[in-house]
Amino acid sequence: MGKTFFEKVWESHIVDSVENEQEILYIDRHFIHEVTSPQAFEGLRRRGIELFRKNKIVATADHNVPTKDQHLPIKELLSKLQVDTLIQNCKEFGIDLYGLGHPYQGIVHVIGPELGITKPGMTIVCGDSHTSTHGAFGAIAFGIGTSQVEQVMATQCLLLERPKTMRITINGELQRGVSSKDIILYIISKLSTAGGTGHFVEYAGSAITSLSMEARMTICNMSIEMGARGGMIAPDETTFEYIKGREFAPDGAALEEAINYWKTLYSDEDAYFDKEYTFEAERIPPMITYGTNPGMGIGIDETIPENDSESFKKSLKYMNLEAGTYLLNKKIDNVFIGSCTNSRIEDLRIVAEYVAGKQKADHVKAMIVPGSKQVEKQAREEGIHQVLADAGFELREPGCSACLGMNEDKIPDGEYCVSTSNRNFEGRQGPGARTMLVSPLTAAIIAIEGKIVDTRNYVNKVVTA
Amino acid sequence: MEKFKTLTSTVIPLANEDIDTDQIIPARFLKSTTREGFGNNLFRDWRYDSQGDLKEDFILNDPSYSGSILVTGKNFGCGSSREHAAWALYDFGFRAVVSSYFADIFKGNALNNGLLPVQVSDAFLETIFELVKQDKNTTLKIELIDQQISIPGTNHKEKYNINAYKKTCLLNGYDDIDYLISKKSQIEQFEQTHKEF
Repeated sequence: MGKTFFEKVWESHIVDSVENEQEILYIDRHFIHEVTSPQAFEGLRRRGIELFRKNKIVATADHNVPTKDQHLPIKELLSKLQVDTLIQNCKEFGIDLYGLGHPYQGIVHVIGPELGITKPGMTIVCGDSHTSTHGAFGAIAFGIGTSQVEQVMATQCLLLERPKTMRITINGELQRGVSSKDIILYIISKLSTAGGTGHFVEYAGSAITSLSMEARMTICNMSIEMGARGGMIAPDETTFEYIKGREFAPDGAALEEAINYWKTLYSDEDAYFDKEYTFEAERIPPMITYGTNPGMGIGIDETIPENDSESFKKSLKYMNLEAGTYLLNKKIDNVFIGSCTNSRIEDLRIVAEYVAGKQKADHVKAMIVPGSKQVEKQAREEGIHQVLADAGFELREPGCSACLGMNEDKIPDGEYCVSTSNRNFEGRQGPGARTMLVSPLTAAIIAIEGKIVDTRNYVNKVVTA
Repeated sequence: MEKFKTLTSTVIPLANEDIDTDQIIPARFLKSTTREGFGNNLFRDWRYDSQGDLKEDFILNDPSYSGSILVTGKNFGCGSSREHAAWALYDFGFRAVVSSYFADIFKGNALNNGLLPVQVSDAFLETIFELVKQDKNTTLKIELIDQQISIPGTNHKEKYNINAYKKTCLLNGYDDIDYLISKKSQIEQFEQTHKEF
């Protein structure tokens, strides 16, 4: 029987298969940030051990950092302590740090790909569940806990039980105004937040292969929201073109050799998947979430479903919404465009293209946070920051920001926020904040209209992101 | 890591489903650089109101419930990979979590910290909730060697699954890291032929 491409990559990284179904998996790249690494460094010190392969670790500060005045000292003292601890740890252990003030600083899942660190066929881990983002390049990438961060620091390996495989195929063409974020919100709404648990997902089909790398990253990024260990897409010409010329990407003969290998990373026709799902692209509407987990999503013109479970009722109570009602025309106070899901240059271009020449609704507070210094720089070079400023938006400095509200960027108690981030959990964007997840295009339209509207009525074309 | 063999305790029932790690420990409380003290902010926004006062209707604040076993709805621990969620539960005093379904990363984090995730059938979970409702002093007995969970004084019992390696680690208090460090020469040998493109 043939192999899935997940199996091809996984098997090429097995150091040893040990008893009781555990495998020692070699890790090619380890990203770290300030929140989930300090206890791992402390563990190394306590055990008196060195980093095993420090050149395979890349560090950045993203979760805690302010998105205004990054050149000034961090005001929030506990945030400052974590960021300073990262700086100190990286110095002591000799790790490359793209911290505040560095031209490569940014959200860990944005900088890896844009610097050409993320490549097909790799194994990549980070103490962050959205590490699945890197799977868009055909890498096995997944989030780990801090004990595992320490394991990788100490041995460059993890001891794991091999996940099951799942393939989600989406064929056909998307409706106008529908983008990759809608695809993944649609999938999660069908499979639920636990539908992928225990599995590694491969996304396939014509609606996936026609997507840009940025759009593929958005899809793989949210794999964890259906419980999957990770998501991946077989590398193709789009992948190779994206990688070429990036800071740490191979070039010349090395690139050629790499591409020859990367081309072998596809699932064989007779490969077996433990689970398979197929969806038609035409049926996917612009999506929005109404509840407190990412599986609680509907087409933007649909009504909130009825459900008798206590958890469901609790969720709607938190959101102050009623089953059977429409979200259309609901007034929105806050719009957040950012996070590792949707803060790449392509996302900002889509927003800028739509808002150009328009004005943000007066009552809407909008935050646009680029994923990295490089995205911010490119946005300035392309004049995007000016277009946004003219429309009443401010382009801030990079970080995780209001996706999880670890810094000052929080949504006020009880207010609605239409957000391009990945989680609508209770209090995620601040205590009492009510989050509704959407695509960047939908967020931009809602910021202008000041209320929830159907994206399809405002655009005439298919978006590529 | 502390050893785990058998745990008999009353329980705290929290029937909600899909409890994510942002509820277990909100992001704004992840700013410590050590592993200790997270129990104070366990279920922070469910336990305290915005003024910092206890919400009396939340089960963890009800003194008539106590114990080191949390019994909770399906898909517990979904969302963020923060190990702080496992640390917070452990620090608060829990040594086992019983649910009909666990999110992967949480399950791994719990096992790496001596907090046993026990996955039971929907029916068994329902039985526990029902019996605890009738009598708050209902106890659960969780045996690791036999991989069995039972309700003493009744006929209710069920076997549960746990990865055999993880079971050995918990029984003996071993960390993965000790094992991996013992494999270093093999890892170095692997690196000789492993090509990264």
